[in-house]
Amino acid sequence: MTAVLPSRPAAPAVRPDRPVGGRLIDQFEYGLDAPICLTWELTYACNLACVHCLSSSGRRDPRELSTAEAEGVIDELQRMQVFYVNVGGGEPTVRPDFWHLLDYAIDHQVGVKFSTNGIKLDKARAAQLAATDYVDVQISLDGATAEVNDRVRGAGSFATATRALENLAEAGMKDFKVSVVVTRENAGQLDAFKALTDSFGAQLRITRLRPSGRGADVWDQLHPTQAQQRDLYNWLLANGDNVLTGDSFFHLSAFGEALPGLNLCGAGRVVCLIDPVGDVYACPFAIHENFLAGNVRDEGGFQRVWQQSELFADLRSPQTGGACTKCAHFDACRGGCMAAKFFTGLPLDGPDPECVQGYGESALAARDSERVAPKSHIDHSHSGPVRGQPTLLGFPSIPAKLCDESPLAGMA
Amino acid sequence: MTSAEPAAVIRDESAGAFDPDLAWQRARSVAMRPEPFGALVYHFGNRKLSFLKSKLLVSVVEALEQHPSVHATLAACEVPEAQRPAYVKALADLARSQMIERRELPA
Ligand code: SF4
Ligand code: SF4
Repeated sequence: MTAVLPSRPAAPAVRPDRPVGGRLIDQFEYGLDAPICLTWELTYACNLACVHCLSSSGRRDPRELSTAEAEGVIDELQRMQVFYVNVGGGEPTVRPDFWHLLDYAIDHQVGVKFSTNGIKLDKARAAQLAATDYVDVQISLDGATAEVNDRVRGAGSFATATRALENLAEAGMKDFKVSVVVTRENAGQLDAFKALTDSFGAQLRITRLRPSGRGADVWDQLHPTQAQQRDLYNWLLANGDNVLTGDSFFHLSAFGEALPGLNLCGAGRVVCLIDPVGDVYACPFAIHENFLAGNVRDEGGFQRVWQQSELFADLRSPQTGGACTKCAHFDACRGGCMAAKFFTGLPLDGPDPECVQGYGESALAARDSERVAPKSHIDHSHSGPVRGQPTLLGFPSIPAKLCDESPLAGMA
Repeated sequence: MTSAEPAAVIRDESAGAFDPDLAWQRARSVAMRPEPFGALVYHFGNRKLSFLKSKLLVSVVEALEQHPSVHATLAACEVPEAQRPAYVKALADLARSQMIERRELPA
């Protein structure tokens, strides 16, 4: 069997000129001078081992940016007027300098929204956050009940997340978020998620499961069915104005109406990722060498990567060819998510694997049997068992209690 | 887990009530970042993000503080007569999202 990678988008022979005026998303296709959706993953270390982790996190990478290097990145973001970053990981709060970097960013006009599983958000940290302007917190939860959540995120993770939510609410924190990846197992819980979120005075954010990182291993099993996608679309039409979705669901607009949110693939155009070792990828869901544009440690730093890398230049033009451009829904759906296509082994200019018109399913079925879906070689997954390991994949769960008395208890 | 998501709500221009006979200025808590098609506007207080989709509109927003009214600003920036209603509309939206604010004229 030979692995044939779908090539990254071919650059047009002559790059078309940016149009004057027109819709904002048409401008976005040509890129911006600095990203508006910059994700910065501070560490690959994580206390959990979620089955669908987009960055295959678990263990810290010894090459991760030092505190001084991270400060250097923040200085650069300030110069580039990147007003806001989405910080994640791994679990960013396990970095010992996390709280320092948070303050450093805020002091340099770079606001922070960070995603966490809640492990470090005790009452004292919650009070600290509530007293800090310009910081947003997002707690990940993938089930509205412990049963559904813990199957993918691990035993005890629902309790950890809800304790963090309680602490934030009690501290008077405003505008914090509950962030949900929609799966086949929780797609029926959207109203329950909304109610749970409301009960903490928080805001709900729901995103799409992409086959990135360990998500590739469970995508077949966990991605929503066509019927669930239809229900999700209807739910978003009714509730979408009060729910954040980022760029998750624009492929659903091929059902009929455009949904609120960022309705295009912004990879390398308005979106990018800085990973824990400083590598810059086109999108947080595209940690693969094909989408690696450079490293912040290179000469010229992040700015040079963003403004001058060849990969990003290639991504900054509208799609003109491929099967989707002939589809009646192309203007709304834009062929869906590049990462979802890439990691399922589909051509990047064809339909999304979850194309609501059903073309994705037939494309998946017609995949060349010789073609192996590309896999990222970047994997920081825990190599041994993890406390409270998720049970989705049928591994026995290690009781969460095990380590309560001694970290080595029962492990001999 | 994180995802590609704009830091804030992205707004396009749309209509709203606001008084173009008064003096305005770019809000003090707002920063503008030049972009090839115009500018990105960011409000540090309400964390909203807006886009100015033409360079002329960028000049207009910057020039507001030098003129006694929106109409005077549009004239000074040589915005073609036919486009002025659209500019007033865009500024009204910026006012609604607090990107521009009232300026008190010296007595
Ligand atoms: S590849 Fe997918 S997740 Fe990444 S920016 Fe494009 S649509 Fe969004
Ligand atoms: S064929 Fe392509 S453009 Fe049409 S609905 Fe499917 S993914 Fe979207």
